[in-house]
Amino acid sequence: MEASEIAKLAQLARINIEADMVDEVTESIGSILNLVDQLQAVDTSGVEPMSHPMDAVQRLRADVVSEENQRDNLQATAPATDKGLFLVPKVID
Amino acid sequence: MSSNITKQRSLHELSITELNAGLRNKDFSSVELTQHFIERIERLDTRFNSFISICSEQALTAASRADAQLASGNAGVLCGIPIAHKDLFCTNGIRTSCGSKMLDNFVPPYDATIVENCANAGAVVLGKTNMDEFAMGSSNENSFYGPAINPWGENCVPGGSSGGSAAAVAAQLVTAATASDTGGSIRQPASFCGVTGLKPTYGRVSRWGMVAYASSLDQAGPIAKSAEDAAIMLNVLASFDKKDSTSIDKTKPDYAATLDQPLNGLRIGISKEYFSDGIDPEVAKLTQDAISFYETLGASIKEVSLPHTQLAVPAYYVIAPAECSANLSRFDGVRYGYRCENPTDLEDLYKRSRAEGFGEEVKRRILVGAYALSAGYYDAYYRKAQQVRRLIKQDFDTVFKEVDLIASPTAPTPAFGLGEKTKDPVSMYLEDIYTLPVNLAGLPAISIPCGLTGQNKPVGLQLIGNYFSEAQLLNSAHKFQQATDFHQQTAPDLD
Repeated sequence: MEASEIAKLAQLARINIEADMVDEVTESIGSILNLVDQLQAVDTSGVEPMSHPMDAVQRLRADVVSEENQRDNLQATAPATDKGLFLVPKVID
Repeated sequence: MSSNITKQRSLHELSITELNAGLRNKDFSSVELTQHFIERIERLDTRFNSFISICSEQALTAASRADAQLASGNAGVLCGIPIAHKDLFCTNGIRTSCGSKMLDNFVPPYDATIVENCANAGAVVLGKTNMDEFAMGSSNENSFYGPAINPWGENCVPGGSSGGSAAAVAAQLVTAATASDTGGSIRQPASFCGVTGLKPTYGRVSRWGMVAYASSLDQAGPIAKSAEDAAIMLNVLASFDKKDSTSIDKTKPDYAATLDQPLNGLRIGISKEYFSDGIDPEVAKLTQDAISFYETLGASIKEVSLPHTQLAVPAYYVIAPAECSANLSRFDGVRYGYRCENPTDLEDLYKRSRAEGFGEEVKRRILVGAYALSAGYYDAYYRKAQQVRRLIKQDFDTVFKEVDLIASPTAPTPAFGLGEKTKDPVSMYLEDIYTLPVNLAGLPAISIPCGLTGQNKPVGLQLIGNYFSEAQLLNSAHKFQQATDFHQQTAPDLD
């Protein structure tokens, strides 16, 4: 793991990493990747990947309205709202 | 239950069954019981830090309601019983922090399904318990609110991530608590704190309203004083829930009804992979003694092999971070939770809100997950880990053709010291070597106390069952607890 790769990951994950933390983060992510690299030694040819313990598929339901509108209730915990909209910094100049 | 027993012992020492009898005999009211526990929490939890929020007012209101229901003869199975919820179950109107600065100000507008189930059964919620941030950790030291402390030693961790629930039950600050288990987070703290913890089969208990960490692994369950109390709790927690697409629509047995069945003919497997290098010798000895004791209860012991066990840690640390990086992308500082001060633009708002709102371990796992899922690495990491996950499940499928249960230590060590493993994340991850395979396979397992080390630290025995064998696990744990008193041993100085 290189420091430049950490910068790319930080961008993908949208997490700011301060310059003085890059070395420490690079080292700890590197040690975790060393641990998981044990997997590479296993022969898994022909093994079906398992994404879910019960190999479950999504249950379907009738396409009918099941929830009432409770916008005010759900927006009560938002950092900033106006007229039912979530406010963020200006995105278009 | 004679009312004498409830008068000889303090209210905080009694089981759910004993409290139920006392409430129905009018030995005490739920309001008195609730006041008793609130007084204990206020006096003692400065030592244990097992609660993030204490809900005295709401608890007393619920207790009055419970007393009215008890008087009318229309009372649920937890009516008037004081419990606590791990602080990742959404509670309508009560802050649900998930142990994180990110959700320090989050007051959910709805209840999790299991919170609703407990309320419908009449339970009185005393508060929300401490935990590792977003359930990521094995020591409770990743909590934004500081670590919970193990009642068995003030310099010891309670385990994690449900450290607050285990510590609160062990310190007798509450009779039982809800918890969640993604890689051992119910069983390992139960083991470290000398209490009983059950992780049900994936899909048995609804995940709706439980803050998601790794959705294909997360499962809620109880931490209690005994298998009997855990059975009563599971009867309330387990339900089919249309709101959780992975909830399983399967008849729920009465888990308390079969606790006393004899264990004659029970086949228990022991696997050498669960007594591997690095296990503490006292832990190995106490669990082996407990397994041998099952023979006197009518069980037979057979050696089995789960050859892919060692791969559970690496497979888990790809799958769980991958799911976590997807799940935690919702915390963006826009709709709820923490938002940084004075963002310069939207990108800055995302990146600084997440950098400042999440703790170090959570950020580590998000970054590892982002790596495992990124273009060029997906097949080598994520797909590979999912293939290994299948090999681990197949190991269990094979062994469960020969035996009914697998017995092992819950964790390779007893509770370790505060700060002992925080510098090295990988050494912390290896704490979960005996619990992770169960989550990867989706199986149920229980941890029950099986003795104390020379240093007076509890050790847990883990019993792993086949899918939906919770009743058999609870029965096997209960029979052990009927014949031994390890689960009745309490930490010194709880007053």
